[in-house]
Amino acid sequence: MANSHQLKRVDFIFRNENDWEKVLSSTIKRKPSELINELMSSELKGRGGAGFPTGLKWKFTSEEESDEKYIICNADEGEPGTFKDREILSKVPYKVLTAMAVCGYVTGAKKGFIYLRGEYKFLEPELIKEIAEFEYYCNEIDFDFKIEIFMGSGAYICGEETALMESMEGRRGEPRNKPPFPTQKGYLGKPTVINNVETLVHTYTIFKYGAKKFYDLGVQYSRGTKLFSVSGDTPKPGIYELELGMSLQDFVYEFGDGDTKAVQVGGASGFLVPRKKFKDAAIGFKGKLTGISLPTGGSMMLFNSSRSMFNVLDNYLEFFREESCGQCTPCRVGCQQLLLGIKAVKRGEKPASYLDKLMRLTETMQLTAKCGLGQSVANSFSSIVENFHEEMIY
Amino acid sequence: MANKINISINGFPVDIEKGKTILEAAEKQGITIPTLCYHKDLCVAGNCRVCVVEVAGQNRLSAACATPCEEGMEILTNSLKVRNSRKHIIELLLAEHNADCTKCYRNGNCELQKLSSDYKIMTQDFIELAPLKSYSIDTFSPSIIKDDSKCIRCQRCVRTCAELQGVNALTVSHKGDQMKITTFFEKHMRDVVCTNCGQCVNHCPTGALVEKNYIEEVWEAIANPNKHVVVQTAPAVRVGLGEELGLEPGTRVTGQMVAALKRLGFDSVLDTDFTADLTIIEEGTELLTRLKKVIVDGDKDVKLPMATSCSPGWIKYIEHLYPEHLGHLSTCKSPQQMFGALAKTYYAKARNIEPNKIVSVSIMPCTAKKFEAFRPEMHDSGYRDVDYVLTTRELAILIKQAGLDFNKLEPVKYDRLMGESTGAGVIFGVTGGVMEAALRTVYEIVTGREVPFENLNIKPVRGMEAIKEATIKIEKPLKEWAFLDGVEVKCAVAHGLINAKTVMDAVKSGKADYHFIEFMGCPGGCLGGGGQPIPTNPEIRQKRAEAIYAEDGSLTLRKSHENPEVTKLYKDFLGKPLGEKSHHLLHTKYTKRQRY
Repeated sequence: MANSHQLKRVDFIFRNENDWEKVLSSTIKRKPSELINELMSSELKGRGGAGFPTGLKWKFTSEEESDEKYIICNADEGEPGTFKDREILSKVPYKVLTAMAVCGYVTGAKKGFIYLRGEYKFLEPELIKEIAEFEYYCNEIDFDFKIEIFMGSGAYICGEETALMESMEGRRGEPRNKPPFPTQKGYLGKPTVINNVETLVHTYTIFKYGAKKFYDLGVQYSRGTKLFSVSGDTPKPGIYELELGMSLQDFVYEFGDGDTKAVQVGGASGFLVPRKKFKDAAIGFKGKLTGISLPTGGSMMLFNSSRSMFNVLDNYLEFFREESCGQCTPCRVGCQQLLLGIKAVKRGEKPASYLDKLMRLTETMQLTAKCGLGQSVANSFSSIVENFHEEMIY
Repeated sequence: MANKINISINGFPVDIEKGKTILEAAEKQGITIPTLCYHKDLCVAGNCRVCVVEVAGQNRLSAACATPCEEGMEILTNSLKVRNSRKHIIELLLAEHNADCTKCYRNGNCELQKLSSDYKIMTQDFIELAPLKSYSIDTFSPSIIKDDSKCIRCQRCVRTCAELQGVNALTVSHKGDQMKITTFFEKHMRDVVCTNCGQCVNHCPTGALVEKNYIEEVWEAIANPNKHVVVQTAPAVRVGLGEELGLEPGTRVTGQMVAALKRLGFDSVLDTDFTADLTIIEEGTELLTRLKKVIVDGDKDVKLPMATSCSPGWIKYIEHLYPEHLGHLSTCKSPQQMFGALAKTYYAKARNIEPNKIVSVSIMPCTAKKFEAFRPEMHDSGYRDVDYVLTTRELAILIKQAGLDFNKLEPVKYDRLMGESTGAGVIFGVTGGVMEAALRTVYEIVTGREVPFENLNIKPVRGMEAIKEATIKIEKPLKEWAFLDGVEVKCAVAHGLINAKTVMDAVKSGKADYHFIEFMGCPGGCLGGGGQPIPTNPEIRQKRAEAIYAEDGSLTLRKSHENPEVTKLYKDFLGKPLGEKSHHLLHTKYTKRQRY
């Protein structure tokens, strides 16, 4: 289609020039404040899905007074339909390690952790070797930064930053109350930067090529590129680095199978967009002036007309019912109610109007749940029920 | 004003110290924000979400218990958004909860029920979850019943068991819809490290954790004309019972309680304080004997510091967690069990009643006492020494069932023979009390003079500090105790098992050079016991403590060795402290248990 200029393939992340030693040694010669400014001006936002400005996160942590600080690379990639971090860690691990070390330099942390998803155990042996080589180099240039791998055990909730820290500290993976935020009191109560794998690699790009190169890509509020994990009813599933701000219409032209009924943007905790809204929807962070902005951690699931949206929602809710940590009421009980509720409506045991009650329940969950998990269940629920109301009932 | 910040609550300006939560700020304004998982004894969890409030400029609601106030914050505690969300959350909890209120032990004193009533939740639109799950009720413990179908997952019990008690018998397992509060390998409470202290019961907002009650058994015994039912009341009951009957915390109801017990039909109303005094004589003598063996004989097998043994929660705790240190425990039975053993021997003989016709009931501030009464070694009278143990709460139920107007009862005195007590016996109910009582007596035995504290009030061992220490130097002892001349007797007092852990770790590592340590299983001592009225919190316990000391101060006899009935007991029956009969009836042994 004519719009193809909107869907620009980019190659920053996996471009491997094997120059990490140079990037590291030259970056840590620059002033921390200069690096923070560079990050801020790039307008890089967290790529795990929440979209917090990365430069600010580093800045806050650098400003904290503490004898110990930590850097955590969140590689707990658990969102259904996301598989980009695995690829990054196997293809360009040194970029991640370098970015962690630079972050350590900027914030004053001497220790980093990679929180590796339980299912990615197979990546561990290689990573250990790579970390050893990385630390060897750091030692050579007299730079003090150590990295350890912490293996997750398979709980989705442990991708939530504070639940992740609880789990690292040997406790149950349950989200903490915020404030205090991890930048103030994170791992072991010390100031901590926790960044998604992809976010760290983008900082590598920014420090290597300069903020402008990054900023020039994408659109207002959503600068730079993003890795997308494309799956579902598509002839070409896989991982693609694309500019942010593309319209969903263009995306579907590129990746759809000609019969795309809906796209789930952002995994189970994201939004479902029906065909009729493709052209109004843009992929990026909120703040865009017109149309629908859809933030995503990178999961793009395409569904064609053979799919039952009831089954899709049922599947998501099964997932949430099980993966809620169970700590807070709205999420623990809410997820059960939503799942049982749509089944009851489908079976005719509850009237169709019960869906409205469930919609109101998701509003409460969004308002009151303790962490992002419970708050975001509303996204897929309301977008599916609103757009495919009929499929929920008959 | 330094450290003060300005906020507004529901449009009204408030200044509040920096660092205070929204919940505390609202409380200061006289606004009650409903809570469930919040408890003043525990760390903030922020998981029930009932306390959510609206903060201007924020899309999401904030948990008032977990959100610190910030300068300029505009807070709405009762906006439509807040109300609707709060109602939703209560509805969700009710959907998960087995809300069969009329058949619940906590009916009328349940925090969820109250919330449901306050918010007038009249229908249940959500799907009831409890019937969909296969819950079983754990009734195997002699002290505590755990019913998961009533659990609202607030984790107050888990935090209590971990933070106040350091026991960790209760924990969270599974996630999502399967998430529950359980024990090691989901074993019965009876079979895990549980000390039966009942603090989880005291902190549970619903009926998920309750004491095992023996109300019907006691009514049956009272109704049986062939049985002679004696009842003993623990020191802390008299300063707690009133709360269950509509009186303010800290109200002393000793005389009315005795009157009520007589009207309930007990044949003889006696006092555990009497055996508390007896405990002091036995334990004090044991302490002096140990000191002599160590200092004079150099006996390496005798363990110092000696630890008190009145608190059955503490006893089970040390049996589980420090089994190699049981030698530190005094061999004295608790006052309850001394009483039980004497009721079916000394009392039976004096009253000329067949011991097998005696039913011995005790009213305790404690759930662990139920377990203690069932210990196999507690049969020294030839029968089970104590038949039934009721908590303070259960006694209140008896009184209500009998329709007594408690406030109109004229105070009555305890019956004779085992009903006389001193102030020293009374203060057994508060942390530091056993230590104070022991020092009042031991010092006087050794020196022939009163303890050198004004009005016998040994202030260093009083108060709610986690661990208290005191040193008393022995000067000019009587000839018999000359070996103690110049010895500084070092004492420590710990209440709540988390503090007991600190002291025991010091003992274990050899860093504790104390001679004598008082351990109480519950925060504040027995007055904060797991069988005391609900709610409990630091202010309430403080008031009960003041009441106990007031009771002590009001008595003429305040030293255990001056209790005339104790003197008579030795003269007529026991012979001498640590004598053969004492050894048989008043002392016991302990069991090594596993750490899980």
